[in-house]
Amino acid sequence: MLDSLARLGRSGLGALERLGRAHLMLAGILQGLPSLLVRPGLLVAQVYNVGVLSVLIVAVSGLFVGMVLALQGYYVLSQFGAEQSLGVMVAASLVRELGPVVTALLVAGRAGSALTAEIGLMKATEQLSGLEMMAVDPVKRILTPRFFGGLLSMPLLAAMFSAVGVLGGYFVGVGLLGVDDGVFWSQMQAKIDLHEDVYNGVIKSVVFGAAVTWIALFQGYDAVPTSEGVSRATTRTVVSGALAVLGLDFVLTALMFGD
Amino acid sequence: MSRMRTMEILVGAFMAGGFVALFFLAMKVSNLSAETIGEGYPLAARFDNVGSLKVRAPVTMAGVRIGRVQSIRFDKTRYEAVVTLNIGKQYNTIPIDTFASIYTQGLLGEQYIGLSPGGSEEFLHSGDELTHTQSALVLEQLIGQYMFKKAGEDAAK
Repeated sequence: MLDSLARLGRSGLGALERLGRAHLMLAGILQGLPSLLVRPGLLVAQVYNVGVLSVLIVAVSGLFVGMVLALQGYYVLSQFGAEQSLGVMVAASLVRELGPVVTALLVAGRAGSALTAEIGLMKATEQLSGLEMMAVDPVKRILTPRFFGGLLSMPLLAAMFSAVGVLGGYFVGVGLLGVDDGVFWSQMQAKIDLHEDVYNGVIKSVVFGAAVTWIALFQGYDAVPTSEGVSRATTRTVVSGALAVLGLDFVLTALMFGD
Repeated sequence: MSRMRTMEILVGAFMAGGFVALFFLAMKVSNLSAETIGEGYPLAARFDNVGSLKVRAPVTMAGVRIGRVQSIRFDKTRYEAVVTLNIGKQYNTIPIDTFASIYTQGLLGEQYIGLSPGGSEEFLHSGDELTHTQSALVLEQLIGQYMFKKAGEDAAK
């Protein structure tokens, strides 16, 4: 009886401790920003890892998501005789929700897992300790450029996703289903608001980018330094990254569009 | 060194692509390209009832958008709604006896303010008030009036 109570207490304290370590790590990462600005080459390499290498999967997913949205949206809208609103529907759902959310999920799977595995292996092979031996702070040297690389790449990737998705919706809606070309764009421009929709989508993707890279870095930095520990940490990155994105999305949507 | 250079070029292309996508969303998808009004001057209008008029709703004259609703507030001494309109500064020849009405786009669409110009030779200036206004039509009131009238006719027979 007392044993199980003690186990519960231990796991609760352990969770709090991890949370505390995660925030200390984040504070260390943010403190590393000035030294990162002195060496922007490190950031370029990480934008390449997170951003450039994710462009293909993000663009292809965006294209297909936009095309499917147009097909399904047309089916429902044509029942009300509102096919003209197809452009609005496709653009609003992409810019507000699907762009930031699906891109964040893809980045968590594509780049987040790679970050965790990289840092976990650096820890397992004692490269991080080696850096400390040389009086180099591994948080500032290794984690800070990766964090800001993810933070910078996410909004750009999400914008690409939405833009390609709108074009995919255009090809299916106008090319395949015969919605009028001019109506598709003019309705979209009349109903999609730059501040309300586009800016809020960008804010969302910045928040998701911070959350996904923070989780990925922490899981790698906090991994048990064995091959099994690294593989578990990689799994946890994808699972908790995806859950964090979906949970944050609800909170942000309620704050932005909830009234 | 050449690997670093390729990487830099690819990152540059990526960032340019991202900004092009953002630009596309701003110009082609959202209403930025329609925001040609730019700087404007405020006009006030008092309504008994603004219905479901929203801030940023269009202000039109002859069906062409010439401004936006800037703010809606309640005047607690006169029990009226005070709507501030932001009119594009190139439209500076609005007669002082202009009539402002709240219309609905389509049957169930959004509400907007339509201005019908009067015949006066004097023009409204920044901060002036439109004196001739017509409130929003509330569908329930219309139906209520119709039912009431119908019942009255039936009773008279």
